[in-house]
Amino acid sequence: MSEAAPHPSQTPADLRAKAGILAGTLPPLLAGAEHLAATVLVGDHGRRRAGLGDTFWQYRPATQTDEARSIDWRRSGRADAQFVQDREWQIAQSVILWIDQARAMGFSSDKNLPSKALRARLLALATAILLVRAGERVGLTGASLPPRRGSQQLLRMAELLSHDDAADYGSPDAEGMLPHSRALFISDFLGDLAPVEAALTRAADRGVHGALVQVLDPQEEAFPFDGRTVFESMTGGLRHETLKAGDLRTRYLDRLAARKDKLAQLARLTGWQFHTHHTGDSATSALLWIYGALERRR
Amino acid sequence: MWAIGPLGFAAPALLAGLVALPVLWFLLRAVPPAPIRRRFPGVALLLGLTDDEAQSDRTPWWLLLLRMVAVAAVIIGFAGPVLNPVSEREGDGPLLIVADGTWADARDWSARQDRMRSLLAEASRMGRPAAVVTLTDLPAEAPEFQAADAVAARVANLQPAAWEPDVAALEDWAATLDGSFDTFWLSDGLERDSRETLLAALEEHGTVSVFQTPRQTFGLRPARFEDGNVVISAVRTPVGAEAETTVAAIGRDPAGVERQLATVPLTFAAGEALAESELSLPPELRNRVTRFEISGQRSAAAVTLTDDALRRREVALISSRDESEELQLLSPTHYLEQALAPTADLIEGTMEDILLANPDVIVLADVAALAGTEAESVLEWVQAGGLLLRFAGPRLAASDISRATEDPLMPVRLREGGRSVGGTMSWGEPRSLAAFDAASPFFGLDIAEDVTVAAQVVAQPDPTLAERVIAQLSDGTPLVTRKTEGEGQVVLFHVTANAEWSTLPLSVLFVQMLERLAVSTRPMTPTAEDLAGTTWLPEDVLDAYGQLAPVDTLPGVSGERLAEMRTAVDLPPGLYAGSDRRVAVNVIGPEATLSPAVWPARIIIEGLESRLETPLKGWLLGAALLLLMLDIIASLALSGRLRGPRADVAAALGLGLLLAFAQPGQAQEAAPDTVPDPEAEAFALEATSDVVLAHILTGDTRVDEIAAAGLYGLSDVLFRRTSIEPAAPVGVDLEADELAFFPFLYWPITASQPIPSREAYAKLNRYLRSGGMILFDTRDADVAGFGSGSPEGRMLQAIARPLDIPPLEPMPGDHILTRTFYLLQEFPGRHASPDIWVEAAPPGEELAEGMPFRNLNDGVTPVVVGGNDWAAAWATDERGNRMLPIGRGMAGEQQREIAFRFGVNLVMHVLTGNYKSDQVHVPELLNRLGQ
Repeated sequence: MSEAAPHPSQTPADLRAKAGILAGTLPPLLAGAEHLAATVLVGDHGRRRAGLGDTFWQYRPATQTDEARSIDWRRSGRADAQFVQDREWQIAQSVILWIDQARAMGFSSDKNLPSKALRARLLALATAILLVRAGERVGLTGASLPPRRGSQQLLRMAELLSHDDAADYGSPDAEGMLPHSRALFISDFLGDLAPVEAALTRAADRGVHGALVQVLDPQEEAFPFDGRTVFESMTGGLRHETLKAGDLRTRYLDRLAARKDKLAQLARLTGWQFHTHHTGDSATSALLWIYGALERRR
Repeated sequence: MWAIGPLGFAAPALLAGLVALPVLWFLLRAVPPAPIRRRFPGVALLLGLTDDEAQSDRTPWWLLLLRMVAVAAVIIGFAGPVLNPVSEREGDGPLLIVADGTWADARDWSARQDRMRSLLAEASRMGRPAAVVTLTDLPAEAPEFQAADAVAARVANLQPAAWEPDVAALEDWAATLDGSFDTFWLSDGLERDSRETLLAALEEHGTVSVFQTPRQTFGLRPARFEDGNVVISAVRTPVGAEAETTVAAIGRDPAGVERQLATVPLTFAAGEALAESELSLPPELRNRVTRFEISGQRSAAAVTLTDDALRRREVALISSRDESEELQLLSPTHYLEQALAPTADLIEGTMEDILLANPDVIVLADVAALAGTEAESVLEWVQAGGLLLRFAGPRLAASDISRATEDPLMPVRLREGGRSVGGTMSWGEPRSLAAFDAASPFFGLDIAEDVTVAAQVVAQPDPTLAERVIAQLSDGTPLVTRKTEGEGQVVLFHVTANAEWSTLPLSVLFVQMLERLAVSTRPMTPTAEDLAGTTWLPEDVLDAYGQLAPVDTLPGVSGERLAEMRTAVDLPPGLYAGSDRRVAVNVIGPEATLSPAVWPARIIIEGLESRLETPLKGWLLGAALLLLMLDIIASLALSGRLRGPRADVAAALGLGLLLAFAQPGQAQEAAPDTVPDPEAEAFALEATSDVVLAHILTGDTRVDEIAAAGLYGLSDVLFRRTSIEPAAPVGVDLEADELAFFPFLYWPITASQPIPSREAYAKLNRYLRSGGMILFDTRDADVAGFGSGSPEGRMLQAIARPLDIPPLEPMPGDHILTRTFYLLQEFPGRHASPDIWVEAAPPGEELAEGMPFRNLNDGVTPVVVGGNDWAAAWATDERGNRMLPIGRGMAGEQQREIAFRFGVNLVMHVLTGNYKSDQVHVPELLNRLGQ
């Protein structure tokens, strides 16, 4: 991963270097995310029910409970009954994002393909931009960035997303999820599934629904290897040597499929949505899926 | 050199390295291919998976075998293997290789060259300097000994010659030899006198080995005539069992193509060195034969050229000047013509004309005296070698010629009056012929019993008479007499050439006698006296291989040298042309024999066969390299590098290597496909999707503008008035654009335009030939008549000179251009000059009866030349407004209208050809339809 930021350390020189890198990467990342978000029309991202809000929702016959001042006289003048103008319910929703920052996400099989991390951040930021534009509150899990609205939040989020973790595989942090909010987890889910499971159950306990997006490199999906090979994880912490890599392909693919099944099953149990996205595919399709998944209501 | 069978090794010790192969086997087997390290996040999923089979930690056996073979090839290759190693010949010091280099070598010259090369290769290995000499092409000085390699490189240049070594030159050369050296003599196997002396000379300097293979050598002697047949004889050596060959007579067929005209088998009886065969050819065919060849023999001796000896004679027939209309059968020359026509070219005419043609034979049938100058020139001609054949007759008998003194043009003196026997007024029977003497040229001809002589002129007895008689009657009266006069001869038949006096002209004998006489006019081989002082030019020369090739670079040969008939450098065998005849110089003379070379017993004779040694080192090392390349690809495939992230690179590399080895050079040959120039394509499309009128760009902007506007206006008129609907006109750059798309080119001539390049002219000529038409317009109203009066006229001449333009004529009144669409009689443009030039009509076409036109139905005139500046009259702008004023008032507009009509006619003519001209046939067609 060529654009990996150095691990956070506290010397001023490092900070300064980091700031430079951030200044370099943030605008493109944001710009890319804006660009991506622009492809999705926000439209009527309302709650599609009457409630408190600014925009007109419907006229309904006035009931006994309605105050007289709430009667829309212009409409009622055209009929015998009285009508009340309903507004659309526009309560801001909180959406909590978790983006896997681990080293495994930095993998890219081809120099023409973005790394998984890049794609994940792009999707996350684009989602955040869309949500902020729709007036929702967006934040990250954990205590680092509680949900807030406004473009300033986007900048902060972009900065936080630019960090890389030192660990090989990341695990979701279920802290800081507001009850009945929405959540979006983006990772390759190649590491241990137990923390994911724990986080999802906990989220389900709190009534949080959301989407799991698994971002995979095409090579991870195809396993196009052969011959004597030593496989290493991105940090080199994990090693596996094989003499005939070609023989492992089917078994690897079986395991990958089993993992996807597991994730899908978990999602089903907890009321989440699960989707696998490949870095070789268009980011827009993934963004549309995320948008739809967050929009969906039970 | 250590050898196994045909394989030798230069460094056999290296073969011991092969012992190490099994060790290598175990070493290679123990070392599996190195693993690749890959960063792969999915490794978490792999943990705990084990390999099904532990195969790859051992190199697979086939890869091992591949490597073993490669290593073995390297080892064997460096051991220096040589196929067919030549066993060494002992000896040191310089080496002289002598080849006879005669025609007898030609048949297997390449084998001799191979032998020389192998001898030289051997000498080179032994470090002996060497020299190569062919005896037919001796160096001026003693041979210079050089490194054998350098000499071997020159062996390919050596060629055998079509002649034998020159004895004197050989002796001179042998005298220049000095120092000590060994000699290898590649003999051609034929005995000749010079051998012994040269052998002795060479043996003075060292040992001599001879290389010679026993084989049959054939020589074809010159063909000759015998009894009307061509006799072909051949000699051979060494004399052996029965052998059969075929001799082909080769000459030109009536179409002028050289081909085999006849073949005749030639059989050598066992133990016979000479074979003869007769070939009976019709004279027609015989005259065509240029040479005889023994089929399948590649040597100059197997070819014999024929010269004038087999050629058809030219015979001039002159009869008495008789103006009467007599019956043909009574004509004095009728039987002569009948007899000679199949075998000779007959010439008739006046004596002066005939002598100019220099015939071989002049026949005077009953001609008494020739006019004074004629007689002199005929005598000169006879003395130069002509045959004067005279026949008696009433006029000769009645004349005084050769009465008192012998006329130089008569072989004998004649008695007055002649005689007649067996007639109504005489006693006795008509006489028959006596048998011919052995000295007579007619000797051997059968005497027909029915030939009788009723009347004849009688020779005056003379001392010389007896030797001049070549045929006589049964009572001893001379019938045919002959005398030589200079180089020629005069022959008199004492009877008429028709059947008036005898039945001789009716018989076959007459024809045979004539043939004998005509054929024997010239000696077959010219003698030295004949040839003294003459010069002969070689026309066709035989090379050693028997190939006849025309030459024109060789110097002439003096007659004396030619008479020797001994072929050498200055007289290669071939055909030599003199003033009036051609003489063939052949390798084998009429009396030549061949005999095998005999060498003294002390000389070692070896065969010629040699097997060139072939070093195999390069091949083996190349094979090893190829195997190692395969190994690279195989290893890549085994270790998975042919697939995976960089597989495309690896595969391309491997494939490239394979291809490079499989087909060297193929890649470079594949030229990129010629991509059509899009601009040219667009031009072609524009020019061909509609009828497009075009004008040549002259470089003068104003002229080009007017030409374009003129064609625009003309196109407009065509569109409105006719079924021709042209697209917008195009300006054509002669150098760059293709002309073939345009049916019609308008070419305004300016005085300053450049002369087109050669390529442009080629294009123009192709255009004109393939049916295009160019309208040349000098735009000068043709003020000075047609020609060089104006600068444009001169320019037009300069431009048109290289063009393929047929003869031109001013446009006749009935030219097709006057009626292809409109009926026109004048063709004005801005000017109204009447002179327009078109292709001349074929001469001799007459005005058809009752028709206003001639029948001229073929061809479209490729050019129309004029100076009326038509474009100016046609020119309109985009909106159809006239650009230039023409004439004055309505008359000018009328002229413009006629100009347009001319344009319409012209384009119609180009597009429809002579369609209108064919309408002259309409009455005839209607007539046939019965209307």
